[in-house]
Amino acid sequence: MRLLLKGGRVVDPANRINTVTCVLVEDGKIAAVGAIPGEEGDTSDTEVIDCTGKIVCPGFIDLHAHLREPGYEYKEDILTGSRAAAAGGFTTICAMPNTNPVVDNGAVAGYVARRAREVGIVNVLPIGSITKGQAGEELSEMAELVQAGCVAVSDDGKSVMKSDIMRHALDYARMFDIPVFSHCEDINLSADGEMHEGFRSTVYGLQGIPAEAEEIMISRDAMLAKLTGGRLHICHVSTMGSLEIIRRAKAEGIRITCEATPHHLTLTDEAVGSYDADTKVNPPLRSEEHVAALREAVASGLIDCIATDHAPHHIESKDCEYGNAAFGISGLETAVALVMDRLVHTEVLQLSKAVALLTSAPARILGIEKGTLTPRRAADITIIDPDEVRTVDPRRFYSKGKNTPYKGMQLRGWPWMTLVAGRIVFKEGSVMEMKL
Amino acid sequence: MNFEKRKDLLGLKDMSREEIELILDTAVPMKDVIRREIKKVPALRGKGMITVFYENSTRTRTSFELAGKYLSADTSNLAVSTSSVQKGESLKDTIQTIEMMGPDILVMRHSMSGAPHYVARNTRMRVINAGDGTNEHPTQALLDMFSIRERKGTLEGLKVAIVGDILHSRVARSNIYGLSKFGCEVRVVGPSTLMPPEIERLGVRQYFDLKEGISGVDVINVLRIQRERQHAGLFPSLEEYAELYMLRPEHLELAGDGAILLHPGPMNRGIEISTELAEGPNTLVNEQVTNGVAVRMALLFLMMGGRRDEIAA
Repeated sequence: MRLLLKGGRVVDPANRINTVTCVLVEDGKIAAVGAIPGEEGDTSDTEVIDCTGKIVCPGFIDLHAHLREPGYEYKEDILTGSRAAAAGGFTTICAMPNTNPVVDNGAVAGYVARRAREVGIVNVLPIGSITKGQAGEELSEMAELVQAGCVAVSDDGKSVMKSDIMRHALDYARMFDIPVFSHCEDINLSADGEMHEGFRSTVYGLQGIPAEAEEIMISRDAMLAKLTGGRLHICHVSTMGSLEIIRRAKAEGIRITCEATPHHLTLTDEAVGSYDADTKVNPPLRSEEHVAALREAVASGLIDCIATDHAPHHIESKDCEYGNAAFGISGLETAVALVMDRLVHTEVLQLSKAVALLTSAPARILGIEKGTLTPRRAADITIIDPDEVRTVDPRRFYSKGKNTPYKGMQLRGWPWMTLVAGRIVFKEGSVMEMKL
Repeated sequence: MNFEKRKDLLGLKDMSREEIELILDTAVPMKDVIRREIKKVPALRGKGMITVFYENSTRTRTSFELAGKYLSADTSNLAVSTSSVQKGESLKDTIQTIEMMGPDILVMRHSMSGAPHYVARNTRMRVINAGDGTNEHPTQALLDMFSIRERKGTLEGLKVAIVGDILHSRVARSNIYGLSKFGCEVRVVGPSTLMPPEIERLGVRQYFDLKEGISGVDVINVLRIQRERQHAGLFPSLEEYAELYMLRPEHLELAGDGAILLHPGPMNRGIEISTELAEGPNTLVNEQVTNGVAVRMALLFLMMGGRRDEIAA
């Protein structure tokens, strides 16, 4: 079975390709990129897809998604999360371990990996917890987690508050060459905070979370990465000060990378003024100067990749008082459109740079052989229609989480087709499921 | 001018000077009603009003209830502490249940900022914010402004110092928004740990020193200090707070000639205000309570479509 993606602009940053050409897929793998010899004559067993006007990229990779299974299936499960990923143009997603039970042992990690294979829509790579039960006290059995398929460890949702435990985590993870994903938040400083601390928290009368709650922890973790030589990845960086700390750490040669989310790159804390709980997220939406600094850093390359922090919630956790609402934004199905509409079309980011931030860059952080259209690699491919205009309608989300502050907004540039290992999993607005 | 276009009163932040003036002007004849032998006018006959307070209150709730009754509205109160809220009913469901019983006006207080804004989006009832978290307490500010204007003749150009826990105070915020619209010079005075971030961007000046902050002002509005703030580590002790910020008779002399003192109540005597001052002649605490009923009558009347000229002075 051969598949020929014809006439689209192929953007494969790792291979420095950015031109209108063809991609040939054979037996689930990339066979060739470029003018395909003999394509005119031999089309009998080749399905040809006309990609004229579209952008053909390596499959997008999301380092940061909450799939909620096991334990919180009312918010999301591996099936609905996988569908949301496919519809959002992601072919590989990392599942955060703050489930119930926590992914802190091989059995639970194995369950996530196995269930994802059964569902079989996109690649789901589990992340194990840094500490048992994410309690911040004792390291999880990291060798067992890696054995079961975990590609990183993280206590995402909170920081490992004890510096000695975080030190040991970074040190121990070196043996498996996996990154430690750090949610940076000094919980004593963020306390009961509901939004970014600043002028607007004064005006809206909401409890503030100072930028320093994040920056202090990034400083600490950078120092611990230096001390141990471990690989540190900073989740959802959101402040100007954080960027400065990361810039200095990189200059010093510390092994540190970071991600930014589409919402921190495109929304300010002004959105909170409606008291719509869909704007409540952790870290919080920041003020203009922070957003401007993030946009600059994503263009300059200081920010290594874009990740969604897809955090689906049940409507009851969001349709309520701001103070009672849960933190989080359902992000898988709007990420690409936000990057296209708010960063690429506005010329903050060049297209090839944007694609790199979603493909080769996250693959490099994980150390996996994905994120390129290199021949013989699995044919994970995302095709974007850069000109499709659509209004965000959470009722049409595949995700169970309808919690998006972008509802009703019109965006230009949406995923058009998603292929995983050569199989079309999303086209014409619908997720195609494997017939079992 | 009337209130036809206004569904809810959620705060003074987004209210125009004209609307505020209309309420204050309408409150003047309303105050006369309270002083009459027969305290009842038929303005809101056949209208229903319910008060729902998720936080304790002595004066605000009673004040609203009496204001409604003096205007002949049918008033009711949901006792939150003995209601289904204690069985875990959501705010949305509670409000929907109330709405189905048919009242026209919902007066609500909630410990969370923005809760009335959320409710207002989800109900046809007119919502009046009687205090939400640390956001706004618009009717308190309206009654403060009424009290000041009554005593001083005008609000224009007055110097007003608000003293105490500005960070957690919805009264302070609503006063700042309201007074600023009348060209008042507003100062906020209190310990640095109880100042909201970037408060001066609201057009006020902050002072950490009490004497400096109240020097030359026409009005001092003293806020209640809550004990739990000390437990949160925001200041070392109530004794030290009193030492630095308790208003005493000598402070009134530092302020301008004929300076007046307001307190939204309930007072912590000996902490933010000395007993001598609490009972002094320039302290409007008791007057404020009466004015609170008058201002709320005016607001209810206007929100239900009443016109200023229908009420004889």
